[in-house]
Amino acid sequence: MTSRKNRNNRLKDKIFSVWGIISTLIGLILLVIFIGDIIIEGIHRIDWDFLTGLPSRKPEIAGIFTAMMGTIWVLLLTAMISFPIGVAAGVYLEEYGKKGRLSKLLEINISNLAGVPSIIYGLLGLEIFARIMNLGSSILAGSMTLALLILPIIIVATRESIKAVPSSLKDASFALGATKWQTIYLQVLPASFGGILTGVILALSRAVGEAAPLIVVGALAYVPFAPKTPMDEFSVLPIQIFNWISRPQHGFITNAAAAIIILLVITFAMNGVAIYLRNKWQKKIKW
Amino acid sequence: MKIKLLTIVTIIALASCGGGNKSKTNTEKLTGEIKIDGSSTVYPITEAVAEEFRFEQPEVKVTIGISGTGGGFKKFGRGETDLSDASRPIKQKEIDLCNENNISFVNLTVAYDGLAVLINPENDWVDHFTVEELKKIWEPDAQGVIMKWNQIRPEWPDEEIHLFGPGVASGTYDYFTEAVVGESGSSRGDFTASEDDNVLVQGISGDKYGLGFFGLAYYEENKDKLTLVAVDGGEGPVAPSLETVSNGTYTPLSRPLFVYVNSKAGEKVEVQEFMRFYLKNAKELSIDVGYVPLPDEEYTVQSEKLESFIKGLK
Repeated sequence: MTSRKNRNNRLKDKIFSVWGIISTLIGLILLVIFIGDIIIEGIHRIDWDFLTGLPSRKPEIAGIFTAMMGTIWVLLLTAMISFPIGVAAGVYLEEYGKKGRLSKLLEINISNLAGVPSIIYGLLGLEIFARIMNLGSSILAGSMTLALLILPIIIVATRESIKAVPSSLKDASFALGATKWQTIYLQVLPASFGGILTGVILALSRAVGEAAPLIVVGALAYVPFAPKTPMDEFSVLPIQIFNWISRPQHGFITNAAAAIIILLVITFAMNGVAIYLRNKWQKKIKW
Repeated sequence: MKIKLLTIVTIIALASCGGGNKSKTNTEKLTGEIKIDGSSTVYPITEAVAEEFRFEQPEVKVTIGISGTGGGFKKFGRGETDLSDASRPIKQKEIDLCNENNISFVNLTVAYDGLAVLINPENDWVDHFTVEELKKIWEPDAQGVIMKWNQIRPEWPDEEIHLFGPGVASGTYDYFTEAVVGESGSSRGDFTASEDDNVLVQGISGDKYGLGFFGLAYYEENKDKLTLVAVDGGEGPVAPSLETVSNGTYTPLSRPLFVYVNSKAGEKVEVQEFMRFYLKNAKELSIDVGYVPLPDEEYTVQSEKLESFIKGLK
């Protein structure tokens, strides 16, 4: 009787591990197919002219310079806006906020916000930033919209990282007479910074691929000059890709694939930075 | 000797070509900004014009968005844009918005867009469709009912019909349903829909019993993989081509594309020059990007409309 149960359990164990392997492979294979397909289609199109070229009706001379510069501008501004706000909100909720009904309500709301479709954020950004605050279809308005979009992710990541800091560390700090702010600034934040940064950069990787909210805010498809100030009009790579994919000439499909490769490179580079920073900060911390 | 002669002829031919549209250049250097938004269908033409205009007036900053015809008119009506690309005429609601903000405008027709009905090259039974037959296939009531070719015409094969069409969010879908079914946005739901027209090309070219529709430009790029079907709008079957779309005999599946000019923007010299340049080069550039130009005399009419609009502003 027991041996049969045992065998049964072993079988379940085996089934689950096979299921796990298959699941992992599905993800991996799909990724490899996608990336392989894109690279085969687009890699030969990437050269200096493509990176520095302006938009054109002729696929073979069209380039992504202005869209790429727009993406970089938007990315930097979004990071500058969302980082301080998101981290401060996370710290407040975890360290200062009283645990009660209100904080529960806030928590649920933040998780819900993370699931709101991005185009809704675009409508919000159009009305509040572009029209009421009169920022127009500027990089600033777009960045603020994307910052809103990723705030929930940053807040959640910050809270999780802070939660992981051992309470003995905080207790020790308080015991030595440190104030709450000193404890947070000198102990909690450095200890959790690796995790926070990872969260922020992953959130930014999401923002970098968004087209819909930016189109709503008023990002353009044809901008023949690189933006110089945050108030300039702009385009971004996802919009350029979206526009090219819907064109009949096959050359634009190749261009879109090439632009996707550039976008992937930017995203992977950011993830690489995230991993590097996390490892660096984790090594520093010794308890 | 022969080669020399050929070279000379070529040079003369090239020279006369190049001089054609650049003969009457405005030597005055203009500055300023021109903001354009609206239909993504019109976008390729406006982009082409903006690209060429840059060589004439490099200091004028032209920007173009793709918010869609409706989205574009919302901005246009609030005075946020100078020009609006549109794949349909402005609606009363949108005119009201313009009036509220004291904006008057002129609409200029810049090109035509044709919709093509397509089948697989191995399909040897279809020679043309009437609009009624297309309606029978695509109307909402056809869902789950009209499933076989012989239900459309008895002599056609007793085989399943596989339908392909653009996504329901596209202007092309709106336009097809309005022209064929009679109501914009109303059709059966059981067809393979894709926002990416290249997917439709793949679908129809790989399916002997496939049938679909999309912009004529996509057919031009995929002539070898698909067969174009003539459509009978009441006066005999007509196949879409540059000629039949341009002279209006290919109905009802061809439509005009517009650019709307804001009256306040129309006072700016750079906008006036841009629109003159637009109408002057629209013929060549619309062919370049896969659309159908207006007949020459129609461009003259549009130019006169523009000039009298500009005159009226002063």
